[in-house]
Amino acid sequence: MGKKSKNNFKYGSQARKDALSGYLYVSPFFILFIVFGLFPILFNIYVSLFSWRLFKGEPEFIGFQNYVWLLTDDSAFITSIVNTFSMWFMAILPQLFIALVIAFVLNQAFIKFKDMFKMAIFMPFVTSLVAVTIIFGNLFSRDYGLVNFILGTQGFDWLNDNRWLSHFAVTLMVNWRWIGYNTIIYMAGLQTISKELYEAATIDGATKIQQFFYITIPQLRPIILFTLILSVSGGMQLFVEPFIWANGFNGGADNQILTMFLYMYGTAFGPQYNIGYGAAIGWLMFIIIILFAILNWVVSTKLIKD
Amino acid sequence: MKSPTGRFISYFFLVIVSFISVFPFYWMFVLSTRSNADAFKFPPILTPGDQFFINLQTAWERSDFLTATVNTLIITGTVTVSQLFFCSLAAFALSRLTFKGRKFLLLFIIITLTLPNIGQIPLYMIISKLNWINDLRAVIVPALVSAFGVFLIKQYIDASVHPELIESAKVDGARNFQTYYRIVLPIIKPGLATLAIITFMGTWNAFIWESIVLRDESVRTIQLAIRNLQGTYTRETAIVVTGAFIATLPLLAIFIPFSRQFIAGLAEGSVKG
Repeated sequence: MGKKSKNNFKYGSQARKDALSGYLYVSPFFILFIVFGLFPILFNIYVSLFSWRLFKGEPEFIGFQNYVWLLTDDSAFITSIVNTFSMWFMAILPQLFIALVIAFVLNQAFIKFKDMFKMAIFMPFVTSLVAVTIIFGNLFSRDYGLVNFILGTQGFDWLNDNRWLSHFAVTLMVNWRWIGYNTIIYMAGLQTISKELYEAATIDGATKIQQFFYITIPQLRPIILFTLILSVSGGMQLFVEPFIWANGFNGGADNQILTMFLYMYGTAFGPQYNIGYGAAIGWLMFIIIILFAILNWVVSTKLIKD
Repeated sequence: MKSPTGRFISYFFLVIVSFISVFPFYWMFVLSTRSNADAFKFPPILTPGDQFFINLQTAWERSDFLTATVNTLIITGTVTVSQLFFCSLAAFALSRLTFKGRKFLLLFIIITLTLPNIGQIPLYMIISKLNWINDLRAVIVPALVSAFGVFLIKQYIDASVHPELIESAKVDGARNFQTYYRIVLPIIKPGLATLAIITFMGTWNAFIWESIVLRDESVRTIQLAIRNLQGTYTRETAIVVTGAFIATLPLLAIFIPFSRQFIAGLAEGSVKG
Protein backbone atom coordinates (compact mmCIF):
# COMPACT_ATOMS: atom_id res chain seq x y z
CA MET A 1 0.00 0.00 0.00
CA GLY A 2 2.90 2.35 0.74
CA LYS A 3 3.99 1.72 -2.80
CA LYS A 4 2.35 4.68 -4.51
CA SER A 5 3.39 7.34 -2.04
CA LYS A 6 6.98 6.15 -2.06
CA ASN A 7 7.81 6.59 -5.68
CA ASN A 8 5.65 9.58 -6.47
CA PHE A 9 8.77 11.46 -7.52
CA LYS A 10 8.19 9.78 -10.86
CA TYR A 11 4.83 8.28 -10.10
CA GLY A 12 3.24 8.61 -13.51
CA SER A 13 5.92 6.92 -15.49
CA GLN A 14 6.64 4.23 -12.91
CA ALA A 15 2.96 3.31 -12.64
CA ARG A 16 2.75 3.01 -16.39
CA LYS A 17 5.88 0.92 -16.53
CA ASP A 18 4.52 -1.33 -13.80
CA ALA A 19 1.25 -1.77 -15.65
CA LEU A 20 3.04 -2.52 -18.90
CA SER A 21 5.40 -5.03 -17.32
CA GLY A 22 2.51 -6.49 -15.38
CA TYR A 23 0.46 -7.26 -18.46
CA LEU A 24 3.52 -8.44 -20.31
CA TYR A 25 4.53 -10.85 -17.54
CA VAL A 26 1.13 -12.41 -17.05
CA SER A 27 0.37 -12.64 -20.77
CA PRO A 28 2.20 -15.92 -21.55
CA PHE A 29 0.23 -17.59 -18.81
CA PHE A 30 -3.11 -16.15 -19.82
CA ILE A 31 -2.70 -16.64 -23.55
CA LEU A 32 -1.69 -20.27 -23.20
CA PHE A 33 -4.29 -20.82 -20.56
CA ILE A 34 -7.12 -19.35 -22.58
CA VAL A 35 -6.20 -21.26 -25.73
CA PHE A 36 -5.49 -24.65 -24.15
CA GLY A 37 -7.45 -24.47 -20.91
CA LEU A 38 -10.46 -22.20 -20.84
CA PHE A 39 -11.54 -22.26 -24.46
CA PRO A 40 -11.69 -26.09 -24.60
CA ILE A 41 -13.94 -26.23 -21.53
CA LEU A 42 -16.36 -23.76 -23.07
CA PHE A 43 -16.17 -25.19 -26.57
CA ASN A 44 -17.14 -28.54 -25.04
CA ILE A 45 -20.72 -27.24 -24.77
CA TYR A 46 -20.83 -26.58 -28.49
CA VAL A 47 -19.44 -30.01 -29.37
CA SER A 48 -21.95 -31.68 -27.05
CA LEU A 49 -24.86 -30.41 -29.16
CA PHE A 50 -23.81 -32.49 -32.15
CA SER A 51 -23.84 -36.05 -33.26
CA TRP A 52 -20.17 -35.92 -34.04
CA ARG A 53 -17.68 -38.65 -34.75
CA LEU A 54 -14.13 -37.66 -35.51
CA PHE A 55 -12.80 -38.90 -38.84
CA LYS A 56 -16.30 -40.15 -39.77
CA GLY A 57 -18.53 -37.87 -41.77
CA GLU A 58 -19.91 -34.45 -40.92
CA PRO A 59 -21.18 -33.42 -37.50
CA GLU A 60 -24.95 -33.12 -37.25
CA PHE A 61 -26.65 -30.65 -34.91
CA ILE A 62 -29.00 -32.48 -32.55
CA GLY A 63 -29.52 -29.96 -29.72
CA PHE A 64 -29.68 -31.52 -26.28
CA GLN A 65 -30.33 -35.02 -27.56
CA ASN A 66 -27.00 -36.34 -26.26
CA TYR A 67 -27.96 -35.21 -22.77
CA VAL A 68 -31.39 -36.79 -23.08
CA TRP A 69 -29.83 -40.09 -24.10
CA LEU A 70 -27.31 -39.93 -21.30
CA LEU A 71 -29.89 -39.28 -18.63
CA THR A 72 -32.67 -41.56 -19.81
CA ASP A 73 -31.17 -44.33 -21.85
CA ASP A 74 -27.59 -45.04 -20.85
CA SER A 75 -27.07 -47.50 -18.05
CA ALA A 76 -23.27 -47.37 -18.46
CA PHE A 77 -23.29 -43.67 -17.63
CA ILE A 78 -25.39 -44.22 -14.50
CA THR A 79 -23.09 -47.10 -13.55
CA SER A 80 -20.07 -44.86 -13.98
CA ILE A 81 -21.59 -42.24 -11.65
CA VAL A 82 -22.48 -44.82 -8.99
CA ASN A 83 -19.01 -46.36 -9.23
CA THR A 84 -17.22 -43.03 -8.98
CA PHE A 85 -19.16 -42.03 -5.87
CA SER A 86 -18.92 -45.48 -4.35
CA MET A 87 -15.13 -45.44 -4.65
CA TRP A 88 -14.88 -41.89 -3.35
CA PHE A 89 -16.96 -42.70 -0.26
CA MET A 90 -15.09 -45.91 0.44
CA ALA A 91 -11.76 -44.16 0.13
CA ILE A 92 -12.21 -40.85 1.82
CA LEU A 93 -12.91 -41.54 5.49
CA PRO A 94 -10.20 -44.18 5.99
CA GLN A 95 -7.79 -42.05 3.98
CA LEU A 96 -8.19 -38.93 6.09
CA PHE A 97 -8.59 -40.74 9.41
CA ILE A 98 -5.52 -42.95 9.01
CA ALA A 99 -3.50 -39.95 7.86
CA LEU A 100 -4.59 -38.03 10.96
CA VAL A 101 -3.59 -40.88 13.25
CA ILE A 102 -0.20 -41.28 11.57
CA ALA A 103 0.42 -37.53 11.77
CA PHE A 104 -0.55 -37.50 15.44
CA VAL A 105 1.72 -40.41 16.33
CA LEU A 106 4.62 -39.06 14.24
CA ASN A 107 4.28 -35.73 15.97
CA GLN A 108 4.87 -37.19 19.45
CA ALA A 109 8.08 -35.81 20.90
CA PHE A 110 9.55 -39.18 21.84
CA ILE A 111 9.43 -40.63 18.30
CA LYS A 112 12.86 -41.03 16.76
CA PHE A 113 13.75 -41.47 13.07
CA LYS A 114 10.92 -39.11 12.12
CA ASP A 115 12.43 -38.24 8.75
CA MET A 116 12.84 -41.89 7.90
CA PHE A 117 9.22 -42.70 8.70
CA LYS A 118 8.03 -39.64 6.82
CA MET A 119 10.05 -40.59 3.77
CA ALA A 120 8.70 -44.15 3.78
CA ILE A 121 5.11 -43.04 4.18
CA PHE A 122 5.41 -40.37 1.53
CA MET A 123 7.18 -42.54 -1.02
CA PRO A 124 3.99 -43.90 -2.66
CA PHE A 125 3.04 -40.36 -3.67
CA VAL A 126 6.14 -40.05 -5.81
CA THR A 127 5.52 -43.13 -7.92
CA SER A 128 3.77 -43.28 -11.24
CA LEU A 129 0.16 -44.44 -11.15
CA VAL A 130 0.73 -46.75 -14.05
CA ALA A 131 3.53 -48.57 -12.22
CA VAL A 132 1.56 -48.67 -8.97
CA THR A 133 -1.51 -50.13 -10.61
CA ILE A 134 0.51 -52.79 -12.38
CA ILE A 135 1.96 -53.87 -9.03
CA PHE A 136 -1.40 -53.83 -7.25
CA GLY A 137 -2.96 -55.73 -10.10
CA ASN A 138 -0.36 -58.39 -9.49
CA LEU A 139 -0.90 -58.37 -5.72
CA PHE A 140 -4.66 -58.81 -6.28
CA SER A 141 -4.40 -61.41 -9.02
CA ARG A 142 -6.75 -64.37 -8.78
CA ASP A 143 -4.55 -67.42 -8.80
CA TYR A 144 -1.09 -66.22 -7.84
CA GLY A 145 -1.70 -63.01 -5.93
CA LEU A 146 -0.12 -62.30 -2.58
CA VAL A 147 -3.36 -60.86 -1.21
CA ASN A 148 -5.25 -64.06 -1.83
CA PHE A 149 -2.34 -65.99 -0.38
CA ILE A 150 -2.39 -64.00 2.85
CA LEU A 151 -6.18 -64.12 3.16
CA GLY A 152 -6.35 -67.76 2.14
CA THR A 153 -8.76 -66.93 -0.66
CA GLN A 154 -6.93 -68.28 -3.69
CA GLY A 155 -9.21 -68.25 -6.71
CA PHE A 156 -11.11 -65.16 -5.66
CA ASP A 157 -11.11 -62.68 -8.51
CA TRP A 158 -10.92 -59.20 -6.98
CA LEU A 159 -11.60 -57.53 -10.28
CA ASN A 160 -14.53 -59.62 -11.46
CA ASP A 161 -16.21 -61.55 -8.67
CA ASN A 162 -17.78 -58.77 -6.63
CA ARG A 163 -18.44 -55.22 -7.73
CA TRP A 164 -18.07 -53.65 -4.27
CA LEU A 165 -14.92 -55.56 -3.48
CA SER A 166 -13.45 -54.44 -6.79
CA HIS A 167 -14.21 -50.88 -5.69
CA PHE A 168 -12.59 -51.62 -2.37
CA ALA A 169 -9.43 -52.84 -4.11
CA VAL A 170 -9.29 -49.64 -6.17
CA THR A 171 -9.66 -47.55 -3.02
CA LEU A 172 -6.72 -49.42 -1.50
CA MET A 173 -4.59 -48.33 -4.45
CA VAL A 174 -5.85 -44.77 -4.12
CA ASN A 175 -5.34 -44.62 -0.37
CA TRP A 176 -1.95 -46.26 -0.50
CA ARG A 177 -0.89 -43.30 -2.60
CA TRP A 178 -2.71 -40.46 -0.82
CA ILE A 179 -2.44 -41.30 2.88
CA GLY A 180 1.20 -40.20 2.95
CA TYR A 181 0.39 -36.91 1.24
CA ASN A 182 -2.39 -36.13 3.71
CA THR A 183 -0.16 -37.12 6.61
CA ILE A 184 2.41 -34.56 5.54
CA ILE A 185 -0.24 -31.85 5.24
CA TYR A 186 -1.63 -32.68 8.68
CA MET A 187 1.83 -32.71 10.23
CA ALA A 188 2.40 -29.20 8.95
CA GLY A 189 -0.89 -28.26 10.58
CA LEU A 190 0.06 -29.92 13.86
CA GLN A 191 3.06 -27.59 14.14
CA THR A 192 0.64 -24.73 14.59
CA ILE A 193 -1.16 -26.24 17.60
CA SER A 194 0.32 -24.90 20.80
CA LYS A 195 2.06 -27.47 22.97
CA GLU A 196 0.47 -25.93 26.05
CA LEU A 197 -2.91 -27.31 25.02
CA TYR A 198 -1.52 -30.83 25.18
CA GLU A 199 0.43 -30.14 28.35
CA ALA A 200 -2.69 -28.81 30.07
CA ALA A 201 -4.64 -31.83 28.92
CA THR A 202 -1.94 -34.19 30.20
CA ILE A 203 -1.98 -32.49 33.59
CA ASP A 204 -5.76 -32.90 33.67
CA GLY A 205 -5.23 -36.60 33.10
CA ALA A 206 -6.40 -36.86 29.49
CA THR A 207 -5.14 -39.92 27.66
CA LYS A 208 -3.44 -39.64 24.28
CA ILE A 209 -6.55 -40.99 22.60
CA GLN A 210 -8.68 -38.33 24.28
CA GLN A 211 -6.17 -35.69 23.23
CA PHE A 212 -6.38 -36.91 19.65
CA PHE A 213 -10.16 -36.60 19.53
CA TYR A 214 -10.60 -33.49 21.68
CA ILE A 215 -7.58 -31.40 20.73
CA THR A 216 -5.98 -32.57 17.51
CA ILE A 217 -9.05 -33.10 15.36
CA PRO A 218 -10.84 -29.89 16.40
CA GLN A 219 -7.66 -27.82 16.02
CA LEU A 220 -6.97 -29.18 12.56
CA ARG A 221 -10.48 -28.41 11.25
CA PRO A 222 -9.47 -25.95 8.53
CA ILE A 223 -6.80 -28.29 7.19
CA ILE A 224 -9.09 -31.31 7.31
CA LEU A 225 -11.57 -29.25 5.34
CA PHE A 226 -8.86 -28.36 2.83
CA THR A 227 -7.91 -32.01 2.27
CA LEU A 228 -11.57 -33.02 2.05
CA ILE A 229 -12.22 -30.41 -0.64
CA LEU A 230 -9.07 -31.42 -2.48
CA SER A 231 -10.14 -35.06 -2.47
CA VAL A 232 -13.35 -34.30 -4.36
CA SER A 233 -11.75 -33.08 -7.56
CA GLY A 234 -9.17 -35.88 -7.44
CA GLY A 235 -11.63 -38.63 -6.58
CA MET A 236 -14.23 -37.60 -9.11
CA GLN A 237 -11.61 -37.69 -11.87
CA LEU A 238 -10.34 -41.18 -11.08
CA PHE A 239 -8.98 -42.70 -14.25
CA VAL A 240 -5.62 -44.45 -14.28
CA GLU A 241 -6.27 -47.14 -11.66
CA PRO A 242 -9.42 -48.55 -13.29
CA PHE A 243 -7.98 -48.06 -16.77
CA ILE A 244 -4.80 -50.01 -16.09
CA TRP A 245 -6.25 -52.61 -13.74
CA ALA A 246 -9.16 -53.57 -15.99
CA ASN A 247 -6.96 -53.04 -19.06
CA GLY A 248 -9.06 -50.61 -21.09
CA PHE A 249 -11.85 -48.07 -21.22
CA ASN A 250 -14.60 -50.50 -20.14
CA GLY A 251 -13.74 -50.61 -16.47
CA GLY A 252 -14.07 -54.41 -16.46
CA ALA A 253 -16.42 -56.85 -18.17
CA ASP A 254 -19.50 -55.51 -16.35
CA ASN A 255 -18.30 -51.90 -16.17
CA GLN A 256 -17.83 -52.64 -12.49
CA ILE A 257 -15.01 -50.11 -12.03
CA LEU A 258 -15.99 -47.79 -14.87
CA THR A 259 -15.68 -44.17 -13.70
CA MET A 260 -17.20 -41.03 -15.22
CA PHE A 261 -13.86 -39.82 -16.51
CA LEU A 262 -13.02 -43.20 -17.99
CA TYR A 263 -16.40 -43.29 -19.71
CA MET A 264 -15.87 -39.86 -21.23
CA TYR A 265 -12.44 -40.82 -22.54
CA GLY A 266 -13.60 -44.19 -23.82
CA THR A 267 -16.49 -42.60 -25.67
CA ALA A 268 -14.49 -39.78 -27.21
CA PHE A 269 -11.17 -41.46 -27.85
CA GLY A 270 -12.10 -45.12 -28.08
CA PRO A 271 -12.60 -46.77 -31.48
CA GLN A 272 -15.84 -44.81 -32.07
CA TYR A 273 -14.34 -41.34 -31.54
CA ASN A 274 -17.80 -40.22 -30.53
CA ILE A 275 -16.76 -36.75 -29.42
CA GLY A 276 -20.26 -35.23 -29.40
CA TYR A 277 -21.53 -37.74 -26.89
CA GLY A 278 -18.24 -37.62 -24.98
CA ALA A 279 -18.48 -33.84 -24.67
CA ALA A 280 -21.98 -34.21 -23.20
CA ILE A 281 -20.59 -36.69 -20.66
CA GLY A 282 -17.89 -34.13 -19.89
CA TRP A 283 -20.43 -31.39 -19.20
CA LEU A 284 -22.67 -33.53 -17.05
CA MET A 285 -19.55 -34.58 -15.17
CA PHE A 286 -18.59 -30.96 -14.76
CA ILE A 287 -22.00 -30.14 -13.28
CA ILE A 288 -22.02 -33.20 -11.03
CA ILE A 289 -18.54 -32.43 -9.71
CA ILE A 290 -19.32 -28.76 -9.05
CA LEU A 291 -22.60 -29.59 -7.29
CA PHE A 292 -20.94 -32.30 -5.25
CA ALA A 293 -18.02 -30.03 -4.38
CA ILE A 294 -20.45 -27.39 -3.12
CA LEU A 295 -22.51 -29.94 -1.20
CA ASN A 296 -19.37 -31.44 0.25
CA TRP A 297 -18.16 -28.02 1.26
CA VAL A 298 -21.42 -27.08 2.95
CA VAL A 299 -21.82 -30.41 4.74
CA SER A 300 -18.25 -30.71 5.89
CA THR A 301 -18.07 -27.11 7.05
CA LYS A 302 -21.19 -27.80 9.13
CA LEU A 303 -19.97 -31.14 10.43
CA ILE A 304 -16.54 -29.83 11.24
CA LYS A 305 -17.92 -26.75 13.00
CA ASP A 306 -20.24 -28.76 15.29
CA MET B 1 3.55 -40.79 26.35
CA LYS B 2 5.73 -42.07 29.16
CA SER B 3 4.59 -45.68 29.39
CA PRO B 4 6.70 -48.25 27.54
CA THR B 5 3.55 -49.93 26.21
CA GLY B 6 2.38 -46.69 24.62
CA ARG B 7 5.76 -46.19 23.02
CA PHE B 8 5.84 -49.73 21.78
CA ILE B 9 2.39 -49.41 20.25
CA SER B 10 3.33 -46.12 18.55
CA TYR B 11 6.50 -47.53 17.03
CA PHE B 12 4.75 -50.74 16.07
CA PHE B 13 2.05 -48.74 14.29
CA LEU B 14 4.58 -46.59 12.43
CA VAL B 15 6.62 -49.60 11.38
CA ILE B 16 3.51 -51.35 10.03
CA VAL B 17 2.44 -48.25 8.11
CA SER B 18 5.93 -47.73 6.70
CA PHE B 19 6.11 -51.39 5.76
CA ILE B 20 2.83 -51.18 3.83
CA SER B 21 4.05 -48.00 2.12
CA VAL B 22 7.33 -49.51 1.02
CA PHE B 23 6.32 -53.08 0.37
CA PRO B 24 4.91 -52.58 -3.15
CA PHE B 25 8.30 -51.12 -4.14
CA TYR B 26 10.00 -54.17 -2.76
CA TRP B 27 7.49 -56.35 -4.56
CA MET B 28 8.25 -54.51 -7.79
CA PHE B 29 11.92 -55.23 -7.23
CA VAL B 30 11.27 -58.93 -6.48
CA LEU B 31 9.14 -59.49 -9.56
CA SER B 32 11.59 -57.70 -11.83
CA THR B 33 14.38 -60.02 -10.69
CA ARG B 34 12.36 -63.20 -11.22
CA SER B 35 11.44 -65.12 -14.34
CA ASN B 36 7.93 -65.03 -15.79
CA ALA B 37 7.41 -68.59 -14.59
CA ASP B 38 8.31 -67.58 -11.03
CA ALA B 39 5.59 -64.93 -11.11
CA PHE B 40 3.01 -67.68 -11.58
CA LYS B 41 3.86 -69.72 -8.53
CA PHE B 42 1.70 -70.23 -5.53
CA PRO B 43 2.54 -69.50 -2.79
CA PRO B 44 4.26 -66.41 -4.25
CA ILE B 45 8.05 -66.23 -3.96
CA LEU B 46 9.00 -63.38 -1.64
CA THR B 47 12.74 -63.06 -2.27
CA PRO B 48 14.57 -61.49 -5.22
CA GLY B 49 16.10 -63.64 -7.95
CA ASP B 50 18.82 -63.03 -10.54
CA GLN B 51 16.85 -62.44 -13.74
CA PHE B 52 16.86 -58.65 -13.66
CA PHE B 53 19.20 -58.01 -16.57
CA ILE B 54 17.54 -60.61 -18.73
CA ASN B 55 14.15 -59.04 -18.02
CA LEU B 56 15.56 -55.61 -18.64
CA GLN B 57 16.88 -56.67 -21.99
CA THR B 58 13.59 -58.24 -23.01
CA ALA B 59 11.57 -55.25 -21.84
CA TRP B 60 13.96 -52.95 -23.66
CA GLU B 61 13.56 -54.88 -26.90
CA ARG B 62 9.78 -55.17 -26.66
CA SER B 63 9.11 -51.55 -26.06
CA ASP B 64 11.57 -48.97 -27.24
CA PHE B 65 12.58 -47.65 -23.81
CA LEU B 66 15.51 -45.64 -25.11
CA THR B 67 13.27 -43.52 -27.34
CA ALA B 68 10.71 -43.39 -24.55
CA THR B 69 13.32 -42.14 -22.09
CA VAL B 70 14.58 -39.49 -24.49
CA ASN B 71 11.01 -38.33 -25.20
CA THR B 72 10.19 -38.22 -21.51
CA LEU B 73 13.31 -36.20 -20.76
CA ILE B 74 12.54 -33.72 -23.54
CA ILE B 75 8.99 -33.26 -22.27
CA THR B 76 9.79 -33.06 -18.55
CA GLY B 77 12.82 -30.82 -19.15
CA THR B 78 11.02 -28.31 -21.35
CA VAL B 79 7.89 -28.23 -19.23
CA THR B 80 9.75 -27.83 -15.95
CA VAL B 81 12.03 -25.02 -17.16
CA SER B 82 9.18 -23.21 -18.85
CA GLN B 83 6.90 -23.51 -15.83
CA LEU B 84 9.58 -22.13 -13.54
CA PHE B 85 10.10 -19.12 -15.77
CA PHE B 86 6.57 -18.22 -16.85
CA CYS B 87 4.88 -19.07 -13.57
CA SER B 88 7.34 -17.07 -11.49
CA LEU B 89 7.18 -14.16 -13.91
CA ALA B 90 3.38 -14.06 -13.77
CA ALA B 91 3.47 -14.59 -10.01
CA PHE B 92 5.87 -11.66 -9.60
CA ALA B 93 3.54 -9.41 -11.56
CA LEU B 94 0.46 -10.56 -9.66
CA SER B 95 2.15 -10.24 -6.32
CA ARG B 96 4.30 -7.13 -6.55
CA LEU B 97 3.29 -4.97 -9.51
CA THR B 98 0.24 -2.72 -9.49
CA PHE B 99 -1.92 -2.76 -12.56
CA LYS B 100 -5.57 -2.66 -13.44
CA GLY B 101 -7.36 -5.99 -13.42
CA ARG B 102 -4.78 -7.68 -11.22
CA LYS B 103 -7.31 -8.77 -8.61
CA PHE B 104 -9.61 -10.09 -11.29
CA LEU B 105 -6.82 -12.12 -12.88
CA LEU B 106 -5.95 -13.55 -9.51
CA LEU B 107 -9.54 -14.55 -8.82
CA PHE B 108 -9.64 -16.09 -12.27
CA ILE B 109 -6.62 -18.24 -11.44
CA ILE B 110 -8.10 -19.38 -8.15
CA ILE B 111 -11.38 -20.33 -9.80
CA THR B 112 -9.67 -22.31 -12.52
CA LEU B 113 -7.70 -24.17 -9.88
CA THR B 114 -10.91 -25.59 -8.48
CA LEU B 115 -12.65 -26.43 -11.77
CA PRO B 116 -12.66 -30.02 -12.96
CA ASN B 117 -10.65 -30.57 -16.09
CA ILE B 118 -13.07 -31.72 -18.78
CA GLY B 119 -11.76 -29.85 -21.83
CA GLN B 120 -9.85 -32.74 -23.36
CA ILE B 121 -12.15 -33.26 -26.33
CA PRO B 122 -11.89 -29.72 -27.76
CA LEU B 123 -8.22 -29.70 -26.80
CA TYR B 124 -7.78 -32.79 -28.92
CA MET B 125 -9.49 -30.98 -31.80
CA ILE B 126 -7.15 -28.00 -31.43
CA ILE B 127 -4.09 -30.23 -31.29
CA SER B 128 -5.40 -32.09 -34.29
CA LYS B 129 -5.87 -28.83 -36.23
CA LEU B 130 -2.31 -27.84 -35.37
CA ASN B 131 -1.15 -31.20 -36.72
CA TRP B 132 0.40 -32.07 -33.38
CA ILE B 133 -1.10 -35.52 -32.91
CA ASN B 134 1.85 -37.87 -32.44
CA ASP B 135 4.07 -34.86 -31.86
CA LEU B 136 5.64 -34.08 -28.48
CA ARG B 137 4.32 -30.52 -28.75
CA ALA B 138 0.84 -31.92 -28.06
CA VAL B 139 1.82 -32.52 -24.46
CA ILE B 140 4.47 -29.83 -24.04
CA VAL B 141 2.70 -26.68 -25.19
CA PRO B 142 -0.48 -26.95 -23.08
CA ALA B 143 1.71 -27.65 -20.04
CA LEU B 144 4.14 -24.74 -20.43
CA VAL B 145 2.34 -22.82 -17.69
CA SER B 146 -0.10 -23.81 -14.98
CA ALA B 147 -2.51 -22.00 -12.69
CA PHE B 148 -1.18 -24.15 -9.87
CA GLY B 149 2.40 -23.00 -10.48
CA VAL B 150 1.47 -19.32 -10.65
CA PHE B 151 -0.55 -19.62 -7.46
CA LEU B 152 2.13 -21.53 -5.57
CA ILE B 153 4.88 -19.06 -6.44
CA LYS B 154 2.62 -16.09 -5.81
CA GLN B 155 1.97 -17.35 -2.29
CA TYR B 156 5.69 -17.73 -1.87
CA ILE B 157 6.48 -14.21 -3.07
CA ASP B 158 3.71 -12.73 -0.89
CA ALA B 159 5.27 -14.38 2.14
CA SER B 160 8.97 -13.94 1.51
CA VAL B 161 9.67 -10.94 -0.74
CA HIS B 162 9.15 -7.76 1.20
CA PRO B 163 7.53 -4.93 -0.82
CA GLU B 164 10.16 -2.48 0.46
CA LEU B 165 12.85 -4.52 -1.21
CA ILE B 166 11.13 -4.04 -4.54
CA GLU B 167 10.69 -0.34 -3.83
CA SER B 168 14.32 0.23 -3.03
CA ALA B 169 15.33 -1.57 -6.21
CA LYS B 170 13.07 0.77 -8.14
CA VAL B 171 14.52 3.79 -6.43
CA ASP B 172 17.93 2.53 -7.49
CA GLY B 173 16.65 2.62 -11.04
CA ALA B 174 16.22 -1.10 -11.65
CA ARG B 175 13.80 -2.01 -14.37
CA ASN B 176 11.02 -4.42 -13.46
CA PHE B 177 12.63 -7.35 -15.20
CA GLN B 178 15.93 -6.71 -13.40
CA THR B 179 14.07 -6.59 -10.11
CA TYR B 180 12.44 -9.91 -10.91
CA TYR B 181 15.64 -11.49 -12.09
CA ARG B 182 18.18 -10.12 -9.60
CA ILE B 183 16.10 -9.70 -6.47
CA VAL B 184 12.98 -11.85 -6.52
CA LEU B 185 14.34 -15.03 -8.11
CA PRO B 186 17.18 -15.56 -5.62
CA ILE B 187 14.82 -15.12 -2.67
CA ILE B 188 12.21 -17.55 -3.92
CA LYS B 189 14.64 -20.34 -4.80
CA PRO B 190 13.10 -22.79 -2.28
CA GLY B 191 9.65 -22.15 -3.73
CA LEU B 192 11.00 -22.70 -7.23
CA ALA B 193 12.61 -25.94 -6.10
CA THR B 194 9.26 -27.16 -4.82
CA LEU B 195 7.53 -26.24 -8.07
CA ALA B 196 10.33 -27.87 -10.05
CA ILE B 197 10.01 -31.16 -8.22
CA ILE B 198 6.21 -31.19 -8.39
CA THR B 199 6.23 -30.35 -12.09
CA PHE B 200 8.96 -32.83 -12.87
CA MET B 201 7.17 -35.61 -11.01
CA GLY B 202 3.78 -34.78 -12.46
CA THR B 203 5.11 -34.60 -16.01
CA TRP B 204 7.19 -37.73 -15.67
CA ASN B 205 4.15 -39.63 -14.43
CA ALA B 206 1.57 -38.02 -16.71
CA PHE B 207 -0.34 -40.61 -18.60
CA ILE B 208 -3.97 -39.89 -19.49
CA TRP B 209 -3.65 -37.11 -22.05
CA GLU B 210 -0.42 -38.62 -23.35
CA SER B 211 -2.14 -41.93 -24.06
CA ILE B 212 -4.55 -40.11 -26.36
CA VAL B 213 -2.27 -37.84 -28.37
CA LEU B 214 0.95 -39.84 -28.43
CA ARG B 215 -0.05 -43.15 -29.98
CA ASP B 216 2.88 -43.71 -32.28
CA GLU B 217 5.81 -45.70 -30.93
CA SER B 218 8.28 -42.98 -31.90
CA VAL B 219 6.69 -40.45 -29.54
CA ARG B 220 5.93 -42.74 -26.61
CA THR B 221 6.85 -41.65 -23.11
CA ILE B 222 8.05 -44.05 -20.42
CA GLN B 223 4.59 -44.37 -18.92
CA LEU B 224 3.15 -45.19 -22.33
CA ALA B 225 5.91 -47.70 -22.93
CA ILE B 226 5.10 -49.62 -19.75
CA ARG B 227 1.39 -49.38 -20.47
CA ASN B 228 2.13 -50.81 -23.90
CA LEU B 229 4.02 -53.73 -22.32
CA GLN B 230 1.18 -54.31 -19.87
CA GLY B 231 -1.52 -54.18 -22.52
CA THR B 232 0.32 -56.37 -25.01
CA TYR B 233 2.21 -58.92 -22.91
CA THR B 234 -0.38 -59.55 -20.23
CA ARG B 235 1.02 -62.91 -19.17
CA GLU B 236 4.64 -61.80 -18.95
CA THR B 237 4.48 -60.30 -15.51
CA ALA B 238 8.21 -60.13 -14.89
CA ILE B 239 8.84 -58.16 -18.08
CA VAL B 240 5.97 -55.75 -17.46
CA VAL B 241 7.02 -55.13 -13.88
CA THR B 242 10.62 -54.60 -14.94
CA GLY B 243 9.30 -51.82 -17.16
CA ALA B 244 7.42 -50.34 -14.24
CA PHE B 245 10.54 -50.62 -12.12
CA ILE B 246 12.71 -48.70 -14.62
CA ALA B 247 10.03 -46.01 -14.83
CA THR B 248 10.05 -45.64 -11.06
CA LEU B 249 13.79 -45.73 -10.32
CA PRO B 250 14.65 -42.22 -11.55
CA LEU B 251 11.86 -40.77 -9.42
CA LEU B 252 13.08 -42.55 -6.32
CA ALA B 253 16.64 -41.52 -7.14
CA ILE B 254 15.53 -37.90 -7.07
CA PHE B 255 13.08 -38.21 -4.20
CA ILE B 256 15.12 -40.11 -1.61
CA PRO B 257 18.07 -37.70 -1.28
CA PHE B 258 15.83 -34.62 -1.35
CA SER B 259 12.87 -36.04 0.53
CA ARG B 260 13.21 -33.68 3.49
CA GLN B 261 13.20 -30.50 1.43
CA PHE B 262 10.56 -31.85 -0.87
CA ILE B 263 8.17 -32.88 1.91
CA ALA B 264 8.72 -29.60 3.73
CA GLY B 265 8.19 -27.55 0.56
CA LEU B 266 5.03 -29.36 -0.39
CA ALA B 267 3.56 -29.14 3.09
CA GLU B 268 4.33 -25.44 3.29
CA GLY B 269 2.83 -24.79 -0.13
CA SER B 270 -0.40 -26.57 0.69
CA VAL B 271 -0.88 -25.10 4.12
CA LYS B 272 -0.32 -21.61 2.81
CA GLY B 273 -2.60 -22.27 -0.12
